[in-house]
Amino acid sequence: MTTFAPGTFTPAPGRGSLPKMLFAHARTEAMLTLRNGEQILLTVIIPLALLVALSLMPVIPMPEPRVGSATARIFALAIISSAFTGQAIALGFDRRYGVLKRLSASALPRWLLVAGRVCGALVVVAIQIALLAVTALILGWKLPLSGLPWMVLLIILGTLTFGALGVLLGGALRAEIVLALANIIWFVLLMVGGVALSVPVGFVHLLPSAALAQALETSVVHGTAPGAGPVAVLVAWGVVAGALATRTTRLT
Amino acid sequence: MSPNPQPAVEVSGLVKRYGSKTAVDGLDLVQQPGTVLALLGPNGAGKTTTVEICEGFRSADDGTVRVLGLEPGSESLRPRIGVMPQGGGGYPGIRAEEMLHLVAACAANPLDPKWLIDVLGLGGAARTPYKRLSGGQQQRLSLACALIGRPELVFLDEPTAGMDPQARRLVWDLVGALKGDGVSVLLTTHLMDEAEALADNVVIIDEGKVVAQGSPAELTANRPDDQQLRFRARPGLDTSLLSAALPEGLKVREATRGGYVVEGLIDPQVVSTVTSWCAQQGVLAEELTVAKRSLEDVFLELTGRELRS
Repeated sequence: MTTFAPGTFTPAPGRGSLPKMLFAHARTEAMLTLRNGEQILLTVIIPLALLVALSLMPVIPMPEPRVGSATARIFALAIISSAFTGQAIALGFDRRYGVLKRLSASALPRWLLVAGRVCGALVVVAIQIALLAVTALILGWKLPLSGLPWMVLLIILGTLTFGALGVLLGGALRAEIVLALANIIWFVLLMVGGVALSVPVGFVHLLPSAALAQALETSVVHGTAPGAGPVAVLVAWGVVAGALATRTTRLT
Repeated sequence: MSPNPQPAVEVSGLVKRYGSKTAVDGLDLVQQPGTVLALLGPNGAGKTTTVEICEGFRSADDGTVRVLGLEPGSESLRPRIGVMPQGGGGYPGIRAEEMLHLVAACAANPLDPKWLIDVLGLGGAARTPYKRLSGGQQQRLSLACALIGRPELVFLDEPTAGMDPQARRLVWDLVGALKGDGVSVLLTTHLMDEAEALADNVVIIDEGKVVAQGSPAELTANRPDDQQLRFRARPGLDTSLLSAALPEGLKVREATRGGYVVEGLIDPQVVSTVTSWCAQQGVLAEELTVAKRSLEDVFLELTGRELRS
């Protein structure tokens, strides 16, 4: 028989401090992503390889300066990889393993459950962009400093929009289906969604992928504010996906 | 004991339907603070649905539920309760100790996670990813997550499912310690011995309804003529001769294959009659016991069904 000193479990309930909870949750989310080999392949290795390939090999037509255009597009791809595909797959399996139920039974407020995931995703995106930017600078990318604030804002907006889309997909379907769909959509957006190539078909410009790539190209290459059109497209997708996701996301 | 007379859990007229199936059908229960209440019933009786409504995971279709006087699932309530959902829960890739630290960070005055990991025998698995823990280890981690925040009330949904006997014993000891320290515990189980050993009050539910409630002693209380003599012998003995030899009012049946039960007022004369009858049959009465009814008998009597299907 195991005995416990009297008073060991005397109730002393209470919620932890909000900053501490947010930090612990965001740290966990980021750490688990960075520890996952498949996620690293998808979010870091493939974008790095494509950045080098697009910059150095003139097989795919790309506007000059070539390295700058490639950098903008690969930034967009990196955001789609982690905020959308990675987030959707992680969420699908987190639900399977009951972690959302576990955490929503703790003192963690519901809004913090979302905020923690968003902050975790932003940390991962920041690390991806830093690695890609250093590689791009080595390849000859000239960062126009005037574009830096726009670049940062677009990266945050892109992460939120694609994060909302990722939650919409990962929060409602079975984990295996999420895994398959999230990877297929990633590939389709890369090839014909206005990311790797500029597709001159009208409706492609209404895709969040094309909008993000185009907006990033403006600030990364030319150092100017992105056009209102692409930003509006991104915001619209984000708002609609977020509103839908709050209704469709299930804990298990 | 808590000076607060408010019930820990108060459920009245609770109804929950899934499509055309009524999972919980007008259920009432009251749990006094500082007590252990067991919801006992077979699989599909509505235990988990009831507990999940109390925890705030599901909404009721009808009736009212108050937990520590508050709305289930409310932000003011959740820090005060500990929840062990059925089947546990954790990030697939998180290590056991990391998961517990994360839940500890959500509490104002958590227990020491390292101590709790050791107490629950998870020391060797502290750095194992959640998805590679055995079912019993996931259950123990889930229990640790329920207790870490020093709650006033703990919900344990099938807490010993998938556990080996030692771990099960440990959970029983923990529940005893929680009660000793004034924590209210609401647990579900389909194990009679668990309910009998742990609970101050047992609520037996079947098909979403309360079929009986009371302390284990009350539920199994013996009227003077409500005792059992059990013994084992060769299967298929003709019990009509024994029936004839016994005083009026005593019933004999072969309850299970080779397991005989005599019900009624069991006195030394009855025991003697049974053993001499066995001697006449040329059989040895093994495992002969005189016992009060078990919760399983109570359940069988009330519902006509075995508790463990």
